[in-house]
Amino acid sequence: MFGLDKRDTTLFLFVVAITLLAPFLLNPFPTESALAQFNAGYPDLMQRFVIFGIFAIGFNILFGLTGYLSFGHAAFLGVGSYAAVWMFKLLSFNIVPAIILSVLVAGVFSLAIGYICLRRSGIYFSILTLAFAQMSFAMAYSVLSNPNFNLTNGETGLQVYADDPQILKGDGPDFTHLFGLEMNTTKTLELGAWAFQFNAGFYVCAFFMIIAFYIAMRIFRSPFGLMLRAIKTNQTRLNYTGLNSRPYTLAAFVISGMYAGLAGGLLAVTDPLAGAERMQWTASGEVVLMTILGGAGTLLGPILGAAFIKYFENIFSKINDTVLHSWFSFMPESIDNFLVAILYPFVGKGWHLTLGLMFMLIVIFLPGGLVDGGQRLWNRITGKNRTQAEPVANPKPAE
Amino acid sequence: MDAILLQVLNGLDKGSAYALIALGLTLIFGTLGVVNFAHGALFMIGAFVAVTLQRVLNLSVVTVDPEKKDFLGNPLQVQTPYVESWFGEAAGQAIINWSVPLAILAAIPIMLMIGYVMERGLIRHFYKRPHADQILVTFGLAIVLQEIVKAFFGANPIQTPAPDALAGVWNMGAWLGMSLPYPAWRIVYFIFAAIVISGVFAFLQFTTFGMVVRAGMADRETVGILGINIDRRFTVMFGIAAAVAGLAGVMYAPINPPNYHWGMDFLVLSFVVVVVGGMGSLPGAVLAGFVLGILESFASTTWATTTIPGINQIIIYLVAIVILLARPRGLMGRKGVMEE
Repeated sequence: MFGLDKRDTTLFLFVVAITLLAPFLLNPFPTESALAQFNAGYPDLMQRFVIFGIFAIGFNILFGLTGYLSFGHAAFLGVGSYAAVWMFKLLSFNIVPAIILSVLVAGVFSLAIGYICLRRSGIYFSILTLAFAQMSFAMAYSVLSNPNFNLTNGETGLQVYADDPQILKGDGPDFTHLFGLEMNTTKTLELGAWAFQFNAGFYVCAFFMIIAFYIAMRIFRSPFGLMLRAIKTNQTRLNYTGLNSRPYTLAAFVISGMYAGLAGGLLAVTDPLAGAERMQWTASGEVVLMTILGGAGTLLGPILGAAFIKYFENIFSKINDTVLHSWFSFMPESIDNFLVAILYPFVGKGWHLTLGLMFMLIVIFLPGGLVDGGQRLWNRITGKNRTQAEPVANPKPAE
Repeated sequence: MDAILLQVLNGLDKGSAYALIALGLTLIFGTLGVVNFAHGALFMIGAFVAVTLQRVLNLSVVTVDPEKKDFLGNPLQVQTPYVESWFGEAAGQAIINWSVPLAILAAIPIMLMIGYVMERGLIRHFYKRPHADQILVTFGLAIVLQEIVKAFFGANPIQTPAPDALAGVWNMGAWLGMSLPYPAWRIVYFIFAAIVISGVFAFLQFTTFGMVVRAGMADRETVGILGINIDRRFTVMFGIAAAVAGLAGVMYAPINPPNYHWGMDFLVLSFVVVVVGGMGSLPGAVLAGFVLGILESFASTTWATTTIPGINQIIIYLVAIVILLARPRGLMGRKGVMEE
């Protein structure tokens, strides 16, 4: 189906089902129960799952397939956001032109940056992309927001004001909309003790993520994808066979830049505001983290990683010492205080500490990410040894 | 003329910091072949060694002075720092006042320790892994270190004053017949950086240990075959690189109040410095550090910022991109280093 083989079709349908049923699946605890704080099924968070899923899928096309580690992908995300908000400001709140423009602008931008950065590989490439991203951040933050020429609105962030032209707006809605369907429309379905929320913005983003996943899947299975893997495995040998690898890497770079632009555009769609901090290099580090955590070079990995990080970011940073005390309140006072004192630095505001530790542990012990870990576990349970599974996952080049 | 000199001076202190960090990065890269994203965090830890020492020296014993009264008429509580009660008032105050230079003494063993533990405990396991993995694990480590510092010291910058004697202004133009007042501590910082840099170079050039390390940088295998335990010496070099970054941080604390994300701010720029100088070239790193520092300060003049707004924020990146495209090996890069 859809030009995919049987196994891939299953995987694709699985992702579609998971995404569309997310409001149910992410809401396993009744609204009134004590565990309801672990629910992730509310619009804001679900939107971030799929948007950063798109971002990570795109990053994986570059990093997972070609092995080029870009440390500046957040720049494309930011550019996409700015482009989308400018469309809102100039035309109307309709999201279609905004998303088209954000993808196009990010594509052109990544073509220019990729053309320069891809002249070098390895660590130089990482540092060049990092330098470009920091430069874009500085430009967005201060250079391009002076009184004569205000493109980014600096620290405040770009947003839509009442006196903006919005020439096509007419009497359309005052929030981002898809031909009249406002993105913050939420329908709540009450089923017994559960309340499931269906949000228009989430479903629009989910639609784009499914398309993005499908395209990524086709790329992974195409001769083009095979060529990208060849670049990762041994670029020198590829050059000696007379192939110029740069057009392929550039194409991968631009594609992943456009994915990032799409994600940025969707961020603006769910909340019409674009700030420079989206382009900072910690944001680039975050998408690297998502991809590695889920499993670089796998199809499902980036989505898993993005959801994992966004979920824990949200949940962990909500836990404060009162919550901790309520968890351990069944224990004697001293043990309770002791446990809270130990755990407190890792939650709430200290969530980044947990993130950093998790990152290190994953890179050290599980370089293949969660997907690889899951496969190993599965192989151990079913009794297959790893050498049998190896040729499929990592074909050795013929000498 | 004096305006130009002023910008050169301005560039020197920032350039010194870049040069010191870049020197450490290059040492680690040249010896161990590892790209250390946690190097900025080491710089930041150095600054917090100074902060900690200042706090420790200010630990006070509280005594009630029955003769003095506060404005409510209660006996006044007097805080006397322990060092004052131990060494007498004048000596104690001098010690507290000179806490930042004293922190150098504390920072050297601490940073050597941290460097040693980092190399033996973590980085050692990553020599055979791809560069991407090394970048990622040290990036994670940088996040962890900075969050630990944040947990202890909070997120706000902490004022760490220089000694009173060096906190004033020196007239740098006196011997040129000009008036060019300049903060004394920044000059001290530059001199200090020059001493540390020459110290590292002298160590590599004139000691047997340094000779072996240089030989190991050129051809690690042969040195190993000659029966020298090169790994152990490289570990020491990692410690020295960490100490250099730490010292740079200690002395930078009075210039700019340290906060926990200092490391990340300096790290990106230091990488650019290393790449511009030429990966693996120690003189290149130092040269590029000063050149880029001075360029940055010239770009921050009013003339430059009115011509091209915000040029001071992007000049380093622009220069780096131009240099990398025109001369991919960097200013003083050697052939065959990091060229796949």
